Amino acid sequence: MKSKKEIIKLSKITKDYVTDDIVTSVLKGVSFTIYEQDFISITGRSGSGKSTLMNILGLLDVPTSGEYLFNGLNVKKMTENDLAYTRNRDIGFVFQSFNLLPRATSLENVILPATYAGIGAKEREEKAMAYLSSLELENEMYKRPNKLSGGQQQRVAIARALMNDPKIILADEPTGNLDSKSGAVVMDILKNLNKKGKTVIIITHEEDIAKQTKRTIKLADGELI
Amino acid sequence: MKTEDLIKLAFRAIIGNKLRSFLTTLGIIIGVFAIIMLVSIGTGLQSYISSQLSSFGSNLIFVIPGRIGGARTPGGVVANKLLVSDAKNLQAKLKSSATVAPVISQSSIVKYKNKTNKNTTVFGTTADYPDIVKNSTLTKGSFFTSGQERSGAKVAVIGYTVYTNLLDGFDPIGKIINIGNNRYAIIGLIGKRGSTFGVDQDNVIIVPFGAARQQFGITNVNAIYMSAFRSELVPFVKSQSEKLLLKRLTEDDFTVQTAESSLSIVTSITNVLTIALGGIAAISLLVGGIGVANIMLVSVTERTREIGLRKALGARRNDILKQFLLEAVILSVTGGAIGILLGLGASMIIALLLFSTVTWWSVLLAFGFSVMVGIVFGMAPAIRASKLSPIEALRYE
Repeated sequence: MKSKKEIIKLSKITKDYVTDDIVTSVLKGVSFTIYEQDFISITGRSGSGKSTLMNILGLLDVPTSGEYLFNGLNVKKMTENDLAYTRNRDIGFVFQSFNLLPRATSLENVILPATYAGIGAKEREEKAMAYLSSLELENEMYKRPNKLSGGQQQRVAIARALMNDPKIILADEPTGNLDSKSGAVVMDILKNLNKKGKTVIIITHEEDIAKQTKRTIKLADGELI
Repeated sequence: MKTEDLIKLAFRAIIGNKLRSFLTTLGIIIGVFAIIMLVSIGTGLQSYISSQLSSFGSNLIFVIPGRIGGARTPGGVVANKLLVSDAKNLQAKLKSSATVAPVISQSSIVKYKNKTNKNTTVFGTTADYPDIVKNSTLTKGSFFTSGQERSGAKVAVIGYTVYTNLLDGFDPIGKIINIGNNRYAIIGLIGKRGSTFGVDQDNVIIVPFGAARQQFGITNVNAIYMSAFRSELVPFVKSQSEKLLLKRLTEDDFTVQTAESSLSIVTSITNVLTIALGGIAAISLLVGGIGVANIMLVSVTERTREIGLRKALGARRNDILKQFLLEAVILSVTGGAIGILLGLGASMIIALLLFSTVTWWSVLLAFGFSVMVGIVFGMAPAIRASKLSPIEALRYE
């Protein structure tokens, strides 16, 4: 594994929030490296700072101090548009609450990242259909999220995350809203994606889930333990 | 994001909320509709009055008693100081540049056998009158000659209303009618002229000046009509007649008007009217624009999570800005287009009943204004949406 390319490198990352002049340090100098094709889980109790860490990893938020190299590039030097571009091409998000657009069909939801990548209508539709089929959703393509089960919704979300063929899948409590059976299906899909070469990062508070990954980073009170 | 994708997205959002979109555009529809219709009415009024005025002939100059826009005698009544001799004087001095005809007018009752026609305006003038006032084309008979005028012949040229009320179906020529207590022989019939501002232009009789003066026993004239031989002579005739009249009268006693000067008075009045009407309508468009801004703000708040998600998936600030701005612009442009169609339709219907002229600048202005309203009032909500932080927005419930 050590011979693999570094894809994420955090050194002494801190994040402070300021509310009413009171500074709360959520992350207190976190350093670790994630390599290509890693299958990693980040665990910790609620309030441990793992959500903040996930936002920073996903380029949705910027650290207060410390250095974050994404694919060798310093995140601090990226413009807002660079960050959006990187989120679009290199990161596939899977959220606990699925975050599908309620008025759009499964197909339209999956297509969404491709529209921001400027991919043509025909190409992106074919691609989306292929991803949906590979996740056994060929009969659910034209249904809206409220007609789907939780497991199906999360699979649509995974198809969406795969749409622009990103290097990294960043999953925030992907099984948190699912029953154990659907959760197991989702975990199998993520394992499979890792086997096919994706770097998979799962943020979770469940030990069972963390055990299924190859490496676990534990977080408590904003520090690694 | 591609433009076609942005447009599709905006249309989906608009169609996804049909009632709300309709109510939002309604403000714009009403605003644009009102601008086009009211401006059309204003312009229509102007061209209607202009056409009425120009029917009298563009070289026309007339002297009327009193000063327009000047001091009036108490009670607003103008003391008529214009005399027949003034008309004669002008006639003699302006022989080489204009035809001059004095006019006296009096309301009178006209009878033929047992039929009566009331409130007929009887004009007494000279044989030159039809050369000056161009809207008195005869359909039958002829105008009186200067010989008949001098000899004091009791002859009359009648308007169309007088004809239909007293002699309908008969050949009027040669029939004897009573004007007041005097008998006149009809020698001519004026073609139908219609009414101006509800005043029937056909309820008239024109008789020789001498006969009218004798019958009504007046020494004043109600107006002096003049027609310059060429249009270049109009200013000269105007200034000369003013100079001549001032020898005997003061500035407050008379006004010399040209067709052009009365047209410019009318134009300036109707312009003010048109601008006022258009301005009121523009305010309603502005209110419509505020409605668009309001709904867009609600829409942004409602879709905070969607915006967060889109940003997480790679939407740039600009993509979000364009998405919401385009939605606002499409709403107001659609409203503008519907408003234009309704405004044009209404203007055309009004044109049939009253007067209204569609001006293309008002259509362009209304459309441009509605596009601008979309941009201006869509901008603030769109900027607000584009600035949302993805994590805050995703957390938003």
